[in-house]
Amino acid sequence: MTVTVTNPANSIDHRKSRWRHWVLHVPVAVWLSVFIALFFIIAAAAPAALATHSPFDTDLLSALTPPTSDHWLGTDDIGRDLYSRIVWGTRESLLIGLGAMAVALSGALVLGFSAALGPKWIAEPINRILEILLAFPTLLLALLFVALLGPSASSLLISVGIGTAPGYARLIRAQALKVKGSGYVEAAWALGHTRTSVFLQHIAPNAFRPLVALVALGIGQSVVWASGLSFLGLGVAPPSPEWGALLESGKANITVAWWLEIFPGIAIVLVALSFTQIGQYIQDRLEGQTQ
Amino acid sequence: MSVLSTIDEPAVITSAVSTPRPAFTLLRTILYRFASALFVLWGTVTITFLVLTTLPGDRATILLNITSGQAIERTPEELAPINALYGFDRPVLEQYVHYVLGLLRGDLGLSYELQRPVLSIIAEQIAPTFTLAVSALVLAWAFTVPWTLLTAGRGRRIGSVGSATETIMAGLPQYWVGILLLIVFAVQFRWFPVIGGTGFAGTVLPTITLAIPLAGFLGQSIRSEFDRTMHEPFVLSARARGMSRAGVRARHVLRHALIPGITLSGWAIGHLLSGTVLVETVFARPGLGSVLVNAVSNKDFALVSGILILNSFLYVVINLIVDMIYLTVDPRLRSAT
Repeated sequence: MTVTVTNPANSIDHRKSRWRHWVLHVPVAVWLSVFIALFFIIAAAAPAALATHSPFDTDLLSALTPPTSDHWLGTDDIGRDLYSRIVWGTRESLLIGLGAMAVALSGALVLGFSAALGPKWIAEPINRILEILLAFPTLLLALLFVALLGPSASSLLISVGIGTAPGYARLIRAQALKVKGSGYVEAAWALGHTRTSVFLQHIAPNAFRPLVALVALGIGQSVVWASGLSFLGLGVAPPSPEWGALLESGKANITVAWWLEIFPGIAIVLVALSFTQIGQYIQDRLEGQTQ
Repeated sequence: MSVLSTIDEPAVITSAVSTPRPAFTLLRTILYRFASALFVLWGTVTITFLVLTTLPGDRATILLNITSGQAIERTPEELAPINALYGFDRPVLEQYVHYVLGLLRGDLGLSYELQRPVLSIIAEQIAPTFTLAVSALVLAWAFTVPWTLLTAGRGRRIGSVGSATETIMAGLPQYWVGILLLIVFAVQFRWFPVIGGTGFAGTVLPTITLAIPLAGFLGQSIRSEFDRTMHEPFVLSARARGMSRAGVRARHVLRHALIPGITLSGWAIGHLLSGTVLVETVFARPGLGSVLVNAVSNKDFALVSGILILNSFLYVVINLIVDMIYLTVDPRLRSAT
């Protein structure tokens, strides 16, 4: 505090060089991922700014046009511009991914933390339940709930969330157990800190920190699962430009219009890879800090 | 999200407090594994049953609407015979006991849509799915072993090329890989039929699709173990005895590195069915996966739960076998504390 007041220039300089150092040390792949993620976030927030056409305007004369300078990624069987449809579909795809991750994370946090930190009579049964849930593959668990709730965007979000939750619960449990058994927590106990203060000051912050990375990884994965279900015809239905729905509606024309299947898939892969890359990077940075 | 993080390491049993006789400990370990496998199986059955009975929607109405292709409210007179046949009006506990007893006899119930035993539907459709899953697993191994030998433990640059390939393979969405292969090899080159069927030509592309992510996961786990094993003292001692570099890698290091790959394969077989759901849809291939998708969209709960329970049965049995193989191969696990 005193340093900033007496010699502000020096401090700004210092901060600047740290900033430059940080920028230079972020790998190119991560920068690329950040730009890709930004593109999709803008597309989700303001699709009209990026789209070149309306996503719903049909033009039967230019149906099934391959990519041209007017239709960057070609058109579908009733002449809608594919690029604009992908841009307009971003919001729904990302929101479903985000929502599914929120559902998964809230379930996983409760299960993971109580399995690791709860008293034995809570932890033991929850561990057993986790063991059972992990025997269900993600997709099958999600399908079970789609069967019950019927195909729609909200049931897709809930189903993918429930399907992916057990895996995250397991990771969170492992992390919480690691923190619980670490030296500094033991030291805090030995120093006579209360249960609440040990939890709030030591266990919670260290167990929560890796979640930032987990969320980034998880959103990408949720987008992939959700589009997969839409592709199966069990998620968002085709008139919507959600990416999985785009893939599903393009399937009928796969022999004549490859672009209808390739480009929505590239959008899904780019989101998954860039979010994963960013998450991985954050995780590596955080691990470096704690060591 | 790496799948690796969701895999059980071979569990270490903390039972031997006073180290009893080895044979006794082994028996206890085996019994414990058996009991926990049974428990997981019972748990999956119970969860499936609970989810299907407690969630909204009158099942008799759904059933009647599926079979007649309508979506209307039904009168009690219409529902009565259905309830009598399927027992939907009985207390939940009674239905549960009936269901579990049926399962013990190998009876998975009647399909809502087809009005036939679920077990016979599964039996008809399992062959193409099984072929697909097994050949994908074989192909994944056939790719991963030479790939690991070629790229692991050979310095940072080659290693990072190898592991980047694996990350991408593991991360690609299966349905999209399938679509790509379909467009390139079936539509453009016309090497394979677009709608394949279950013959050899129709099985090639689905197998590759299913094998690519699997090979990625296998490669990741085998590589890290391979790199770790390269630093073991016995590697140095084998080299000192005059064994060639390639010989040590293939004979000593690889054998250690394969262990996590075997665990992963056990896990993968349980999860291959969920992969076939997507792959069978992409290639319009008959099998359990497409039956499941159909059952889900028709709300044929009996068929959905039957397939789910079959899947967890396979998962539990295969993992039990993998555990037993470990106990045979690695004596350390028999009485580890």
